[in-house]
Amino acid sequence: MPIVIRNGRVIDPSSNTDRVADVLIVDGRVAGVAPNLSSPKAEVFDATGMIVAPGFIDMHVHLREPGFEHAETIESGSRAAAAGGFTSICCMPNTKPVNDSAMVTSYIVERARSKALVNVFPIGAITKGSAGEELAAIGAMKAAGAVAISDDGLPVMNARVMRRAMEFARSYDLPIIQHCEDLNLSAGGDMHEGVPSVRWGLRGIPAASEDVMVARDLVLAQLTGARYHVAHISTRNAVAMVDYARQHGLPATCETTPHHFALTDAQMPPYDSNYKMKPPLRSGGHRDAIVDGLAAGTISAIATDHAPHPGSEKMQEFERCPFGIIGLETAIALALEELVAAGKITRIFSMIRGNINKAL
Amino acid sequence: MPAGLLGIEELDRAEIEAILARAKDFQPMQSQSLKKLDALRGKMIVNLFYEASTRTRTSFEIAAKRLGADAVSITASGSSVTKGESLVDTLNTLGAMRPDAIVMRHSASGAPHFLARYLPTPIINAGDGTHEHPTQALLDARTILDRCGHLEGLKVAIIGDIAHSRVARSNVHLLSKFGAEIVLCGPASLLPVELAQLAPGVRLTTDIRDALKDADVIMMLRVQLERQHEASFPASEYFRFYGLQLEHMDLAKPEAIVMHPGPINRGRELSSEVADFQRSVILNQVENGIAVRMAVLEKVIG
Repeated sequence: MPIVIRNGRVIDPSSNTDRVADVLIVDGRVAGVAPNLSSPKAEVFDATGMIVAPGFIDMHVHLREPGFEHAETIESGSRAAAAGGFTSICCMPNTKPVNDSAMVTSYIVERARSKALVNVFPIGAITKGSAGEELAAIGAMKAAGAVAISDDGLPVMNARVMRRAMEFARSYDLPIIQHCEDLNLSAGGDMHEGVPSVRWGLRGIPAASEDVMVARDLVLAQLTGARYHVAHISTRNAVAMVDYARQHGLPATCETTPHHFALTDAQMPPYDSNYKMKPPLRSGGHRDAIVDGLAAGTISAIATDHAPHPGSEKMQEFERCPFGIIGLETAIALALEELVAAGKITRIFSMIRGNINKAL
Repeated sequence: MPAGLLGIEELDRAEIEAILARAKDFQPMQSQSLKKLDALRGKMIVNLFYEASTRTRTSFEIAAKRLGADAVSITASGSSVTKGESLVDTLNTLGAMRPDAIVMRHSASGAPHFLARYLPTPIINAGDGTHEHPTQALLDARTILDRCGHLEGLKVAIIGDIAHSRVARSNVHLLSKFGAEIVLCGPASLLPVELAQLAPGVRLTTDIRDALKDADVIMMLRVQLERQHEASFPASEYFRFYGLQLEHMDLAKPEAIVMHPGPINRGRELSSEVADFQRSVILNQVENGIAVRMAVLEKVIG
């Protein structure tokens, strides 16, 4: 049966639409957008006072399948996405096995086809097993459906390997997404290095561990001409460096997460592992720089880094708990509340749809 | 959350004063021939130590027994931790045996705070990672008060591996609440600049002579090699620049006292002469540990 969504505020930046109208959906596709559409046999959804928009895109989620189905599956993750307004999600390759081959990519595509409620686009690994040493079969993964490459969860520490990966990514016209963390500087850290970490006696992850990796990669991006994207950017210097690179014509982009624009380390209850993630919640100064970066357009995407873990794994001593927070169901509400309603940013839809479409 | 003792930071000055005053009542008992009260008769205390400890565990055990309570001590190596049980499950199991309090030491900062959210039994923190060691700060304050009579306005130099020291953090919180001037001193790699914001009245220096100048109290900290995950400083020259030596004592006030939470490493953080120095109060600290822990146990389960 056709569906008509009545009287909502229809917003679609790609067609420059922002007006109150009805939307007619026939066979799962938009068949018309106009005021007072008549469709006698349609099921009616009254959207008075609501925003009606094209489905959002989350370019950074962890679906945990294959290998960690006790934490999340492609099906359950896709349900969370749909509940949060996302109709397309890109899943990171840190599964078991790592998505470093066309076989795993195809498996994810196949599972998504049969189980997922939304579009699932796999991101392939940069290196085999995401071990940071030997390049994965990037071209074959692209042919199987990968839309980008990343070793997310881990950085590519070896600069020579990263350089070669960027060259391959450029050859296949794939964006390369880096989890920016110098593992030597962050070693053993459990939260942002700052006043709260020192107060609570928890080992710190300095902002510098992100900064030095972004700096190195931007130099390599200039060398190779790759389309380079910083995942979950969280520091003031990193935003400034991406801005500098963009001003100088590099095809560099970055995303941030709802928790990084909404929360700081000082707001975290002591030793509450629900607040433990990478990169960690930073201090207020960094958070403000993230919001400014969104407002200025330097940060062109909001991505959740949705990273579920079983409750029992989070119910341990803080230093033993895994990193990760979920986000698919709350991201849009947080963006509307913390960015739009707070008067920081007037338009967010490009950051959860348009820019990502362009980037990928 | 049950009323245990997780840290000094959460206590107010009046609560600390009450514990210190009660500890003073218990001090004379330590030298009596009959050293036992029955204030906590019929109460059961479990000492759960996930880290090696001689003095703290023994001190809690003796404190419990002197108040007439029964005490059971468990060390991690002999318990179910080695069988892979989670900390919450272990504590719930112990909690089901209905002790009146659990005294816990753990290598993870915040472990007792995390457990206190799930456990009905009061928890007394006997040292959590690099966070707090509240009874140590209380016994240190009792020892300073015995010698100096007051805490306000004293210059207290805390010297050593501040970054990894739960003793330093608890002492900073306590001394700050009483208006002492606190100087934290160590090599920069063991002295994060954020420490200056831990509490009012804290200053940082990397120069031991600056720290010692006109000090009333000198607290030396053990170099905690087991908590260092990297070479934060060249161990070979630590004593030369941060070890307390007899000639340093001329910089401090003439009556200045030397403290150390133990165990001491002669020739590493302080010279043997300083350890045995007449104004060293290291053994007084150990003795006060029992009186202070009696006061804490009485407050928590009395």
